Amino acid sequence: MSKEIWVFAEQRDGVLAGVVKELLSKGRELSEKSGFELCAVVLSEDGGVFCDELYKFGAKKVYTLDNAKFSYYQNDYYSRSIADLIKKYVPEIVLYGATSIGRSLAPTIAAMLHVGLTADCTQLDFDVENGNLLQTRPAFGGNIMATIVSPNHRPQMATVRSNVFKKEPVDNPSGERIVCETNLDGIPERMRRVEVIKESDANTIDLNAAQYIVSGGRGLGAPENFKLVYDLAAELGAAVGASRATVDAGWISHHHQVGQTGKTVCPVVYIACGISGAIQHLAGMQSSDVIVAINKDPSAPIFDVADIGLIGDLHEVVPELIRQLAAAKG
Amino acid sequence: MKIAVCIKQVPDSDKVTIDRETNRLNRTGVPSIINPFDENALEMALQLRDLYGGTVTVISMGPPQAEEALRTALAHGADEAVLLSDRKFGGADTWATSYTISLAIRKLGDFDAVFFGKQAIDGDTAQVGPGVANFLDMPVVTYAKSVVVEGDHFKVEKVTEDGFEIWEVAKPAAFTVVKEANELRMQSLRRKMAAKKAVITVWGFDDLGADVGLVGLSGSPTKVSKVFAPPVKTNKATITGTPAEMASELIKKLKERNVL
Repeated sequence: MSKEIWVFAEQRDGVLAGVVKELLSKGRELSEKSGFELCAVVLSEDGGVFCDELYKFGAKKVYTLDNAKFSYYQNDYYSRSIADLIKKYVPEIVLYGATSIGRSLAPTIAAMLHVGLTADCTQLDFDVENGNLLQTRPAFGGNIMATIVSPNHRPQMATVRSNVFKKEPVDNPSGERIVCETNLDGIPERMRRVEVIKESDANTIDLNAAQYIVSGGRGLGAPENFKLVYDLAAELGAAVGASRATVDAGWISHHHQVGQTGKTVCPVVYIACGISGAIQHLAGMQSSDVIVAINKDPSAPIFDVADIGLIGDLHEVVPELIRQLAAAKG
Repeated sequence: MKIAVCIKQVPDSDKVTIDRETNRLNRTGVPSIINPFDENALEMALQLRDLYGGTVTVISMGPPQAEEALRTALAHGADEAVLLSDRKFGGADTWATSYTISLAIRKLGDFDAVFFGKQAIDGDTAQVGPGVANFLDMPVVTYAKSVVVEGDHFKVEKVTEDGFEIWEVAKPAAFTVVKEANELRMQSLRRKMAAKKAVITVWGFDDLGADVGLVGLSGSPTKVSKVFAPPVKTNKATITGTPAEMASELIKKLKERNVL
């Protein structure tokens, strides 16, 4: 039996998480280097519906665990079932999205199996010399990168942030579905979800999923000046972020907070308006593709991480930016 | 209710600066604090105790100076504190840490609930809560915003990417707590005085009856293979000029990078 790389194919309400496609795309690269076969594992009521999409991103095998109890993520059922499957097939590598589900499920499984788990990886590579998965993650606010290995334990497990790897479909998808037996009779029902409440705040675009984010900091000067941030965000179709200082001052709700004690984001473009760039903030946005900083103070630490730095008064630059973007649209 | 809260002492990240020469963190003189998310876990435990009676035990694993974080927790209202400290625990990753903490909780007796912050701000792994829950054979609800007792179970509000979920969880259970849950109460003068004199139980390797192969560095499946400064950004641009010039230059540069 060939060795395998598994991707946990997280689904919610029948929709695969975007990060699953990113993990499969990266997994193909690891598969080519290692010679391990790329596989996906999906827990749901009927895994058949996910297979084609998983083949499309490179899975050569899809293990489906089908059970009515898998309709939503329940940590006991999911962790025990996946741990049993891992014991049976002993994959070399198991990857999970660093979502709220992945970040709960993966550590439970790691504890059960006594295997290593690296959280929130932003780079993955394979060392052909020794078979180690090289798992790189930002440490302490992204100011240091650390590469972690689990040399003596299998599988090697990692959670990976969303929007870090590209989604690349394959040209000629093909794969095989392996229907796995599930037996949940021995697992007592200790927890159940009784209600789901979606937040339907029409004014806020989800920071985690946003392609563009415009964030405001203390440099706005006053709470009402968040209007500038909102207006620019509207022009770009962006989500609105905020520094901890503005949240603590009560200028904006904590839902918007980006940083270590807020949300970790990685949009295509992150525009920081009047944010000085404390480590606690940088930790939450440093892996954005393009960072734009607008600040009066040329020595502000935000400029160290910025790809494009505008040294100027945001109260003048942002309105001008809004005007020009609007004009360009006609 | 018998409640445990696991806390970690971390450097205050707001006060950490970077040595631009070496790209390393300057930790000298940086104050240590209770991990901010653990404050929310502590407050949630204290509120449950205030409502239903019982005790709150705070537990921390770390070097001897982590005792300071435990005293702070006592000053905020916790009833007793246990420090797990031993050279043999050093170098533990999240697996070995979870295992060690779970042994201490078992030794302390049967708890109705065990609380954790959603993650620690120095490691950001969010792994120890679910890990300990597994070793204690307790169900775990992560990202809890509120926890109330309803008969023989807990009713929990859990934060997700796109809203909330309500869960029912059998007792005993473990929870990791988000920041928006609450704000830690002030220290009272009386508690503060008492915390200074309080006896903090310190347990080491021998007290826990741990397996030497499962604690500290030797019990840790993960190893740090390399630490390096993040790659220096190439293609950095600085824009100055009038607001109109800066705005148009920014739009041009974003278009050049194919992101607009």
